[in-house]
Amino acid sequence: MTIEELEQIAESVRLENAKYDFEVNVCMDLACASQGSGQLREALARAAEDSGKNVLVRRTGCMGPCSAGPMVRVDPEEIFYSHVNASHAGAIVNSLGGEPVPALQCDLSEHFDKQVRVVLENAGHIDPEKIDDYIACDGYKALLTALTEMTPNGVIHRITESGLRGRGGGGYPTGLKWGTVAKAGGDLKYVVCNGDEGDPGAFMDRSVMEGDPHRVIEGMAIAAYAVGATKGYIYVRAEYPVAVSRLTTALREARRRGLLGNSICNTPFNFDVEIRLGAGAFVCGEETALLASIEGRRGTPKPRPPYPAVSGLWGKPTLINNVETYANIAPIVRNGGKWFANMGSERSKGTKVFALTGKIANTGLVEVPMGIKLREIIEVIGGGVPDGHTFKAVQTGGPSGGCIPAEMLDIGVSYDALLKMGSIMGSGGMIVMDDTSCMVNVARFFVEFCMTESCGKCIPCRAGTAQMFTLLSRICEGKGTMEDLDLLVSLCETIKETSLCGLGMTAPNPVLSTLKYFRNEYIEHIVHKRCPAGVCNMEAPVEVMA
Amino acid sequence: MRKNGFARHALIETLHTVQSAFGCLDDDSIRFVARSLRVPLSQAYGVVTFYHYFSLKPPGKHTMTICAGTACYIKGSDKLLAAAQERLGIPPGQTTEDGQISLMTARCVGACSRAPVMLCDGEVAGETTGAHMLEQLERWAVE
Repeated sequence: MTIEELEQIAESVRLENAKYDFEVNVCMDLACASQGSGQLREALARAAEDSGKNVLVRRTGCMGPCSAGPMVRVDPEEIFYSHVNASHAGAIVNSLGGEPVPALQCDLSEHFDKQVRVVLENAGHIDPEKIDDYIACDGYKALLTALTEMTPNGVIHRITESGLRGRGGGGYPTGLKWGTVAKAGGDLKYVVCNGDEGDPGAFMDRSVMEGDPHRVIEGMAIAAYAVGATKGYIYVRAEYPVAVSRLTTALREARRRGLLGNSICNTPFNFDVEIRLGAGAFVCGEETALLASIEGRRGTPKPRPPYPAVSGLWGKPTLINNVETYANIAPIVRNGGKWFANMGSERSKGTKVFALTGKIANTGLVEVPMGIKLREIIEVIGGGVPDGHTFKAVQTGGPSGGCIPAEMLDIGVSYDALLKMGSIMGSGGMIVMDDTSCMVNVARFFVEFCMTESCGKCIPCRAGTAQMFTLLSRICEGKGTMEDLDLLVSLCETIKETSLCGLGMTAPNPVLSTLKYFRNEYIEHIVHKRCPAGVCNMEAPVEVMA
Repeated sequence: MRKNGFARHALIETLHTVQSAFGCLDDDSIRFVARSLRVPLSQAYGVVTFYHYFSLKPPGKHTMTICAGTACYIKGSDKLLAAAQERLGIPPGQTTEDGQISLMTARCVGACSRAPVMLCDGEVAGETTGAHMLEQLERWAVE
């Protein structure tokens, strides 16, 4: 495969697509598929055939606004239809070339205007099971350019210049990490993609793997070329069967096209990728635990250093990045580091995908430039809190993150700003809570999660999270005392400082951040034995309520 | 196992395959996998018990899984779970005595935009209500 051949494929796909007068794209992502977009697609294909019009019905990945699903987009006019079901197929096909169907049409300009799509540029536009669709969108061009025109150091330089930081949550500069692995000795190195999206409430990585799997593979191949690796692993959660099957198909197609395997693009570069399944353990999102799991062992973390960049999989230098990080690589190589660095804020470059869920009107996937205000994401893109309730907090970073209250919504989103607020960027889950959520109860929920997910290797995490849970449960039941609060804080500090891995070190974050911003709710529970949101069941007699 | 060249590090893959074929991992199958891959039995058993996804007990005829992810929790999945427990008379992770229905919780299936989510025999159903779920359980109780 050479660049010329790649262009030929792209050209033939474009010619093929040009034969059709209309394209009807049906979102087949999990959220839409669970509402019958599979039958919808079949019905549309049948209706298109009967009508005699020149229509291409295409299956695509996530289009974004999941709450409006099942979604259909008609191109070239870019008309969006929401809440479509199979019975609407005839009406949609009949409307092609005429006026759109008013009952189904939805205006998403406000939702999309503030978004900038880099990682999700193809999602909703291509068929994820067709490699040629991806190639037609400049796919694999970056890989072949890197192989034929750039040195490995040149690639690393470009990534460093872009200012890309790890999208898994930690925010470690990607270029620096690549440089470390490239400098490590040894002829056998590995590239690993972390697709163990353990944060309950986030699904960006799933959507990327399902909607645009080749983008991840291309990013991994470029990384392998840059650091000198020959073998890659994608670690995916077993809870994402569709992602696994899409990636399997994508890998097979890439091998068939000669974009993976030996002597890629007639260069001495060899690279192949294997899929490894997770089996339900949150701690496996931690890099050393993930490596243990790939090796077929229990997923328990190891003390660092040595870092995986020096001694990782089977003791060899290993590069680990998140799905979204790899998804950013191809566009950076294609468009240059400066292009990427022009987006975002000073120390956090580019864009970030967030999974917007909870008590918000437009749930779904959004991609925004770094530095955008939280308020804009929630009120403009997300459409605000529905049903007349008031906004209380937004939770970022999952069980490792914190809750951000309403008065801090005007702060721009970046790694450092979120950290300063006591939360973290995390992988990108954003869960909105309104006045019906009790913050003490939410903190208890996260601590319970960390308690059950703790691998048990180090004591601060294993015993500490259990003690936190007991304290919080007492408060939730109305049996807490003010001394419990002080005890809770000192316990949090201890766990934070003495735990072995990220799970333990960040487990107190939900407690600390709710204590900081919603201390009055804790006090209500303790002193007045009352849950302001009416969530907790108080066993103690409610004598103070008068 | 052959697909992975009997590699020791493919233990988790192999266990996945066995579980999807037989529904659970009983003692015999764990022993067999450990012997075939030349992995210590303790390591195989350790892996099976470490990961939530593996089950040592056979599942019921139908499985009701309720997502316990954050987004689902905020939208009231705890109430769904409580209702299911009351209807079936079993805690999560157990199967009813007649072997009809297993009640499970999931960590997160990634359909958070449609929270709360339940999985009926693996099929995702979003924006679930208690009535909807109980109806499904009633149907399964006799099927």
